Formats: sequence, structure tokens, C-alpha cells
Amino acid sequence: MKTSRRTNWPVLLLVALGTIFILFPLYMTVTIALKNPEQMAHSAFAFPTELHWENFSRAVEMTNFFSAFQNSVMVTTSTVILTLLTNSMVAYAIARNMQRRFFKGLYFYFVSAMFIPFPIIMLPIVKLASGLHMTNLLGLIMLHTVYGLAFNVFVYVGYIRSIPVALEEAATVDGATTWGTFWRIIFPLMAPISATVGILTCLSTYNDFLLPLIIISDAEQYTLPLVQYVFQGQFNTDFNLAFASYLMALLPMIIVYLLAQKWIINGVTQGSVK
Amino acid sequence: MNKRLTTFYWMTVPAVLLFFVFLTLPALQGFYYSLTNWNGFGHQYHFVGFKNYINLFQDDNVGNAYWFTFKFAIVVTIATNILSLLIALGLNAKIRFRNFFRGIYFLPNILSVLIVGYIFNYLFSNVFTIWGQNLGITSLSTNILGSEQLAWVGVVIVAVWQGIAFNTILYLAGLQTIPTSLYEASNLDGAGKWREFWSITFPLIAPFFTINMVLAMKNSLMVFDQIVALTNGGPGRATQSISHLIYTGGFKGGEFAYQSANSVIYFIVIAIISILQLRFLQRREMDN
Repeated sequence: MKTSRRTNWPVLLLVALGTIFILFPLYMTVTIALKNPEQMAHSAFAFPTELHWENFSRAVEMTNFFSAFQNSVMVTTSTVILTLLTNSMVAYAIARNMQRRFFKGLYFYFVSAMFIPFPIIMLPIVKLASGLHMTNLLGLIMLHTVYGLAFNVFVYVGYIRSIPVALEEAATVDGATTWGTFWRIIFPLMAPISATVGILTCLSTYNDFLLPLIIISDAEQYTLPLVQYVFQGQFNTDFNLAFASYLMALLPMIIVYLLAQKWIINGVTQGSVK
Repeated sequence: MNKRLTTFYWMTVPAVLLFFVFLTLPALQGFYYSLTNWNGFGHQYHFVGFKNYINLFQDDNVGNAYWFTFKFAIVVTIATNILSLLIALGLNAKIRFRNFFRGIYFLPNILSVLIVGYIFNYLFSNVFTIWGQNLGITSLSTNILGSEQLAWVGVVIVAVWQGIAFNTILYLAGLQTIPTSLYEASNLDGAGKWREFWSITFPLIAPFFTINMVLAMKNSLMVFDQIVALTNGGPGRATQSISHLIYTGGFKGGEFAYQSANSVIYFIVIAIISILQLRFLQRREMDN
């Protein structure tokens, strides 16, 4: 019996049927966001006969959407940039000096934090952040950067060790400093793994709810998940409005995903398998 | 050469500083608070030794939270791994539009857990109930999130729906490392599909099985967002997870020191489980 090259139809059918489970909740989200209560009462599942775009404009007003969106984008991009700069740098120093006790110790110090669940430090971190006047977006950026460090250093060190040292030695012979070597040779070479780290950091920061919940108290600094939480508590009867608001909060990542889907999936695969 | 080494030391400074201040220090502080009777906002507190720890073991709410969290984590870990392995096998088969389907199945992973929870909350209360009534299934015709016996199943469904995405992609990565020549050989030997799976596929993706089990377990032991969005710990305290208990008791219930002690226990439990899991699963990998 030879391995056939033809399409495996039964499997294709099952895989296609399975997507219903994924797509149904999303279909409901879109249709509810576009209906009004009368249409919902008429038929819960049908596609809306007339589209109520005003749900979106009302949701924008009531949740102060653009302010929250701006905060989320600001926190996410800053965290990604800060993460790429600091985490790759310390990982480089560690990867190239693993034979020294200090750097090896540092590696295990960082990586062991992967086992620390966030709720352990949740209570003291609020005290600490308020003492340092960091219960704001800046604090959020710092904390997100620190909490990704364990996993990112682990991934980065593995990758840097696969880059031949000979390249750097050649640069040193030509008179480049360690800083110069790092920024001009190593950092560009790390682009693939930086993309992975950047994507994972972007997803986890943008979607994070617990850290902003405990750190941010000023309503003007709310991020998108936090707005949904507060909004849900206050207006939990108008589902159309709520779903318009959910959809708007989900949409930026969905757009990013549609544009960079292949990259994101490959990045996630590489990052976690290393 | 010495100057090079100095530069390397400087490179570690920002990360070490941030890490120490925002992770190590609070962890130590948390342990210190756990030995006091501080309520979290006053100025007065006393050192009480291990009293909080002793009380934890007699607290029904704590027992409840651990029971729910473990039950939840075990069911989610098993269900997520079985389903995502099946989906990964399907996506690795000879089918059309493979990349398109990969894209769809990974979609839930990029969505906010809280918002997904809210969406499912609505589905449970207003959509599935209609189906239940129309089909005459009594257990579905009322909102299961409102039932003390069934609410946890609702939380499991949402966690699995979203968790499958990540595990599927990892299994898929694992399946793609298996050389097709192995299957051609087993075909020649006349091995059936079932035999092929247990003798070739599963042993070869063992490292992926390990990482998926550990990740799924760790994530579900920390469940928080889903609880807030779906049940807020209720009905009663039927779905209160450990992290939800630490959050509500520590910040709103004036139990700062007491919940700090709970956090320390929680940390020890998670560390032990992760290490045991890694050891057990890695030993199994080597046997194969």
C-alpha cells in the first residue's frame, strides 16, 4: 500500500465541522453588536436585517473607547520595545559568559521565576507600586517588562548560543567595542527570535486584565480590558451595546492577526519549543 | 579583554535591578506579611508567627477554592490535550486549505480572556438555554452558570475553548518533526492506524506532550479572568479559584496578611506540581 497523495476527505470534513465551534461565538458577537433589542427578540441567531451601527458610536461614548485604546496601544508598544532592548541585552551577556559563575547564577535566578505564579506577588506589588508612585501606565509598562523576563531570557539565551562566536571575534579584532558588537552585529542577527518575543509580549500585554486591575485606579488610565470590566458592571442589561464594545476591543488584535497570521503562528511555535 | 567583561556586567544591570525590585522584593515582602496580622490599609500590625498558616488549614473557603481549582485544572488539562492532539492530527493530515484552518483554530488564542468570558456568559444565559428549551433538554434549559453543581463545567468549557488553540499549534509543530519515511516503513509492515499512532506518532511527540501538559496545568491553576467574567466565584463560592480568593480576600476583605500566607502555600503547591510533572513526563519520554 502506498501513501496516497489525494486529499483525505473525511478528515477535511471533520476539521471543517470543528471550526463551527470556534466561529459560532464570534458570529454571535458580530451579529449581536449589529442588532437592536427588538431584532434580538425576533430571532437570536439570524443575521441582522438592518444594521445598527449606532451601537458602536454609543459604545465609544459610554466607554470612552479612544482614551482606553490609546492607553492600551501606548502600554503595549512601550512594553514591547523595552522588553526587546533590556531582555535581549541581558540574555546576550548571559549567553556569552555561561562559563562564569555570576552569569550562570543569574540565568537560573531569572528562569526560576517561570514557576512563580503572579497571585503570589499580587498583594505586595500593589503596596510597592503605590509607594513608588507607579500605580499608573508607566508602572504597568515596567511590571509587564519584568514579568516577561523569565521566559524571554530563556528563549533568547537558547537562540544566542546558536549564533557563532567567530563573528563577534572578527568584529573585536577590527576594533569594535562590546556595545558596538551587540548593537550592530548581534541585535540584527536576533531579528527572528525578537519577532517571536515581540509577538508574544504584544499579545499578553494587550490582553492582560489582572495587572491593570490591581495597579490602575485612575479611570483616565484604564486599558481596554479594564474598560470592559467596569462597563459590564454598570450597564449589564444592554447587550447590543456591550457586544459592540467587546468587538471594538477585540478588533485591533484581530486585524493584526489577519495581517501577520503566518508570522504569529510560526513565532509562537518557535518561542515555545526552544 | 577586561573591559569587555565590564561591559557584560553593565548589560545585566537594568534587568537585574528591575527584576529584584519588582519580583524578588515583593515575594520576600509577601512572605514577611504572611507572618503578621496586617489588614492591608491600617498602620498598626503585629507579628503573629505561623498563626495564619495554621488557620488556613481549618478554613472552609480555602479548602473550597483549592478543591475547585484542582478539579478544574485537571479536567481542563486532560480535555485540552486530548482535543488539541486530535485537531493537530487532523490539521497535519492531507487536507486542503491547511493554512486557512490553522489560522482559524489559532484565533481564540489572540483574544482577551476576559472578553471571551463575557461572550460565553451571554451564550450560556441567553443562547444555549433557548436550544435546551427547544430540544427539551432540561439541564440545558436553565443557565448552567447559575447552578451550584454545574457552574464549574461552564468555566471548563470556556477555558478549553480558548486553551486548545495554543496546544494545537505546539502539537502541530511536533507532528511536523516526524519524518514521513517512518510512516512509509510502517505501512509496508502493514501496521494499522491505531498501532501507528501509539508506536510512532505519540512517542516521537513526547517532548511536546510534556510541555503542553505542564503549560495547560500551570495556566489553569492560575485561572482568574474567566472566573471574573463568568461567575465571579459563585453561585455561593462554588467556582472560587485560589487566585480569585487571594484577590477578593486580600484587597477587599481586609485579609491581606492571611491571603499572603495563602499565596505562599499556593506557590509551594504549584512549584511541587510543576517539578513532579516535569520529572514524571520526562522520564516517560526517555523510556520511549
